[in-house]
Amino acid sequence: MMPDLGKYAVEVLASYGASIALIVALVVLSVARARRVRAELETVEKRSRQDG
Amino acid sequence: MNAIWQYANPKKFIDTSERLLPWVAGLAALCLGVGLIWGYFLTPDAERFGATVKIIYLHVPAAMMAISAWFMMLVASLIWIIRRHHVSALAARAAAPVGAVMTVIGLVTGAIWGQPMWGTWWAWDPRLTSFLILFLFYLGYIALWAAIEDDDSAADLTSILCLVGSVFAVLSRYAVNFWNQGLHQGASLSLDKEENVADVFYIPLLVCIAGFVLLFVALVLMRTGTEIRARRMRVLLARERMK
Repeated sequence: MMPDLGKYAVEVLASYGASIALIVALVVLSVARARRVRAELETVEKRSRQDG
Repeated sequence: MNAIWQYANPKKFIDTSERLLPWVAGLAALCLGVGLIWGYFLTPDAERFGATVKIIYLHVPAAMMAISAWFMMLVASLIWIIRRHHVSALAARAAAPVGAVMTVIGLVTGAIWGQPMWGTWWAWDPRLTSFLILFLFYLGYIALWAAIEDDDSAADLTSILCLVGSVFAVLSRYAVNFWNQGLHQGASLSLDKEENVADVFYIPLLVCIAGFVLLFVALVLMRTGTEIRARRMRVLLARERMK
């Protein structure tokens, strides 16, 4: 069911490959930073509560 | 109207965005999946573009979002300048890397598409040049936020940069109409139906655009929550240092 891209196969596949890679990288980095910052904030808040 | 300002409260914003995020992200994934599979596998080649017409499902939505993201940042920056709501400044900061990636996708897919169609990867055409300058503004905006330690000063200066950069966001969209020259064609989508691409490409393109918009919203909601938490952490750490 793969479409026949003919002489433009490289252009079409390169566009899809590059775009999907960039979007996946953006999502993965955003989620990773969100988790890291959330965990760090919890640690700092806990310490801050203990110190009064 | 007062209802919208309740989201200037960071806690309210985080609570609401965390409830919305799974739905927005799920819808984004669904629209992107359906739109890209439909566009790639189920649409025919175009007479003029051959199989390269399939690049439209990435190039047009990404370019639209690159420009729209800057306008969202402009509105958020104006809210910061006028009303001093930290959440709006942080939302603008959160949107910038997403807009920058959309700009890169627009530039890369445009170059790859341009080579077989125009015989060149790049031309100093008004629309392409404005779009490249918009990308440089994105980089400058991100770098300025990172370079200034005081959050309020950073928000002030980046808001001004955002106002200036808006000129290039407008030019990226309308340069073809202003100068009527260059290689880049006019709009692929328009309220005037005669200017639109053919229906067989139009409907999957709309689905892809919806997917890119929802992806942008999901990422900005998540990243704004992260910026709010990062700001709170900086405040707490500064208090610790003063003890």
